[in-house]
Amino acid sequence: MRLLNRSAGRLSRHRRGPIAGLVVLLLGLLLTGGLYAAFAPAQADSAASQEELVKEGRELFLVGCAFCHGQNGEGVLTQSGDQYGPALTDVGAASVDFQVGTGRMPMSTPGNQAQRKEVVYSDAEIAALSAYVASLGTGPAIPDAEMYDPATLSDEEYDEYVTRGGQIFLANCTACHNFEGSGGAMPRGGFAPKIRGVDPKHIYEAMLTGPQSMDTFSDGNIPPDDKKAIIAYLDTLNEQPSYGGLTLGGLGPVSEGLIAWLVGMGGLVAFAVWIAAQTTRTSKKKDGADA
Amino acid sequence: MKTSDVASTNGSEPATPKRGAKTAGAVATWADDRLGLAKATKGLSLRKVFPDHWSFMLGEIALWSFVVLLLTGVFLTLFFDPSMAEVTYNGSYDPLRGVEMSRAMASTLEISFDVRGGLLMRQMHHWAAMIFIAAMMIHLLRVYLTGAFRKPREINWIIGCLLLLLGTIEGFTGYSLPDDLLSGTGVRAADGFMKASPVIGTYMSFFLFGGEFPGDQIIPRFYAIHILLIPGILLALITAHLILVVYHKHTQWPGPGKTEENVVGPPLMPIYMAKAGGFFFIVFGMTALLGGLFSLNPVWKYGPYDPSKVTAGSQPDWYMGWPDGLLRIIPPWETHIFGVTLSWNIMLPILIAPPLLLMVLIALPFLESWITGDKREHHLLQRPRNAPTRTAVMAALITFYGLSWAAGGNDIIAIKLHLSINQITYFLRGAVIIGPILAFIITRRWCISLQRHDEAKLLHGYETGVIVRSPDGGYAEKHLPISEEAAYVLTARDREEVYSPNGTSDDSGVAAPGGRRAAIAGKVRGKLSALMFADNVQKPTAEELHESQHHAEHELHELEHQISAGPNKHGPSSDH
Repeated sequence: MRLLNRSAGRLSRHRRGPIAGLVVLLLGLLLTGGLYAAFAPAQADSAASQEELVKEGRELFLVGCAFCHGQNGEGVLTQSGDQYGPALTDVGAASVDFQVGTGRMPMSTPGNQAQRKEVVYSDAEIAALSAYVASLGTGPAIPDAEMYDPATLSDEEYDEYVTRGGQIFLANCTACHNFEGSGGAMPRGGFAPKIRGVDPKHIYEAMLTGPQSMDTFSDGNIPPDDKKAIIAYLDTLNEQPSYGGLTLGGLGPVSEGLIAWLVGMGGLVAFAVWIAAQTTRTSKKKDGADA
Repeated sequence: MKTSDVASTNGSEPATPKRGAKTAGAVATWADDRLGLAKATKGLSLRKVFPDHWSFMLGEIALWSFVVLLLTGVFLTLFFDPSMAEVTYNGSYDPLRGVEMSRAMASTLEISFDVRGGLLMRQMHHWAAMIFIAAMMIHLLRVYLTGAFRKPREINWIIGCLLLLLGTIEGFTGYSLPDDLLSGTGVRAADGFMKASPVIGTYMSFFLFGGEFPGDQIIPRFYAIHILLIPGILLALITAHLILVVYHKHTQWPGPGKTEENVVGPPLMPIYMAKAGGFFFIVFGMTALLGGLFSLNPVWKYGPYDPSKVTAGSQPDWYMGWPDGLLRIIPPWETHIFGVTLSWNIMLPILIAPPLLLMVLIALPFLESWITGDKREHHLLQRPRNAPTRTAVMAALITFYGLSWAAGGNDIIAIKLHLSINQITYFLRGAVIIGPILAFIITRRWCISLQRHDEAKLLHGYETGVIVRSPDGGYAEKHLPISEEAAYVLTARDREEVYSPNGTSDDSGVAAPGGRRAAIAGKVRGKLSALMFADNVQKPTAEELHESQHHAEHELHELEHQISAGPNKHGPSSDH
């Protein structure tokens, strides 16, 4: 504090100096310019950068995606007429953000369902790819944080959203994703993935775009507010303590039965063996002679 | 001899009962005069002997977990409200506050979150139920595989089978009570099963639910069944089961001094009492541990039952898993006749298979005694290998059970092992039929080769691990005779004879009494008896044993001679 006072004192000595006015003027201009740059609605500028983003996205697309999805995202058919990579002309930015942002794309091995894995592209690259694919046609845009992030809710709102969201979740999602969002099986090796611990943005985008075998839950089907409520409920499932103890994967009675047999019965039979081995000394000696 | 070895006191007065002992004696006399306890408990002596073997304590796990069920169950009844009246939940679990649910569900949540120790009690009750039935099954396997079901214990076998059935129903009615999404789905499935029975299906369903599903009757009705009707029957049957154990006396493994006429082991008081009593606390501790550490049926996550909702991974508790599995893998077989649909795909796995398997289970002792013609009493157990066909039958049944059971978790297997649920289903459709057959053949041959091994041990002794090199460079392992005690155990079994139906008609062609039907039955019995015994290895005769003993002595002698003579002086006999 004293140091600060002293340096302020030193500065103030120059306040009546010959170039003081000039310095203040320069500082003022710098500040206004900087603030303007930061806050200005730079439409002309943004359009240019959007164009640049699309261009950058196209370059990335040609390298990483075109092999399966076609050079213009028109899709590729196999010789037998099967879809090799689907057309991306009307999937929208949200779909790309979900697929690439969760590491499902680019697909590492062709299978009946893309697996979630480590994300290959950086955030900026994903933004560029999304912008490029969005430019190919229609489709939902990447949602804003306030649409999906339960952190934007007040405490009272949050409770209300969680209760409502839980019921919507149980009515629409648990049939495939299980009551705890642990996932479930779908026909022919497909599966509804685990959705506990998934980024709220990606959950929102999944509902919006219906990736893989998932249904599309359009805004007419589940309004944006209800989508946010579902995410808030999943957020509580993540956050709340595990009241009953270890959740055993949240898979329901199968893992519970496994524990009952392996830990419960296994342990008790081991105890039975132990108790039967603890016997009067005479017969113990006899046992020893037996062996 | 020192006086201290004879008496621990040098007092001059004779010993008299102390005051405390006198009062205790007086109380006992008072009670005995009025209740006749001494006379009543005379047959049920506290010096009852109980043989020692770990496998004899498996039934006790079931008994003690039943006691845990009674204790925790009483606690739960204090707070559970078996009503289907709609209420708005207002308890302390936030995510469900304001949701409409039945009072049953609301009170289950209250037990879980607002009653002190309630969640622990709920989870202990549920874990104990799962262990109760698991222990009954393991106990059943022990009794079957050791031949403990034979005369005079057939009635107790039937009681045991009924206990298993009742325990399963008790479990089902129990886990249906909370009226959460999972249990409601199970009740809905049960409703469907009932409706699948031809003609009477809908009537049964309407009768049970008091109208159309779900109605508002099913929870109170299940509650009455769960806490009153079935526990009463269970308690009565368990008592009968135990009284019969006391009356028949416990079976024991054969060994020196252990015969069909005696029971060798520590007395009930105090050794066995300490063990059994201690085991109760271990079972209690295990259920408490499970209840405290592992979440079981988190109803707050399932939410209240609503017919429009369902969750992936909706399975019954493990003991209902195998019919559920059969239901999952059965092809869609249906017959349409006179405008009525017969759903074989539901009737076969749910309405026919479980009762059929229970019938088979109950019939097993009687079937066996008919084939063997053995009507004697048996108190000495058999090793599973010495009844290869019996053991193989159980292996086949268990394989069928296990594969059906696995089918009940096909979705979890699919997602956890990254398999296709369809392929699992196709595989299991074949496996539930081929698997038991393979298990039967493999187990039977396995047992027989174990019998051969026993025979080799009796006749040629055990492998010593001593390798002897002969002068011409060959190596042979020395065998030494097993101890007399071990030999006794190995030979303490009956020689089996294949039943031959030749007795049905005598040499002059006169038919035996009973006519053709008896002749056919005799033929079938002969075939089954051959299947049961023909390939078994019978124990060696006394002469064979004597001969092998001489041989062994000779060999031992030779070995000693070799050792004393130094290396490579004389070769060992190489006759085996």
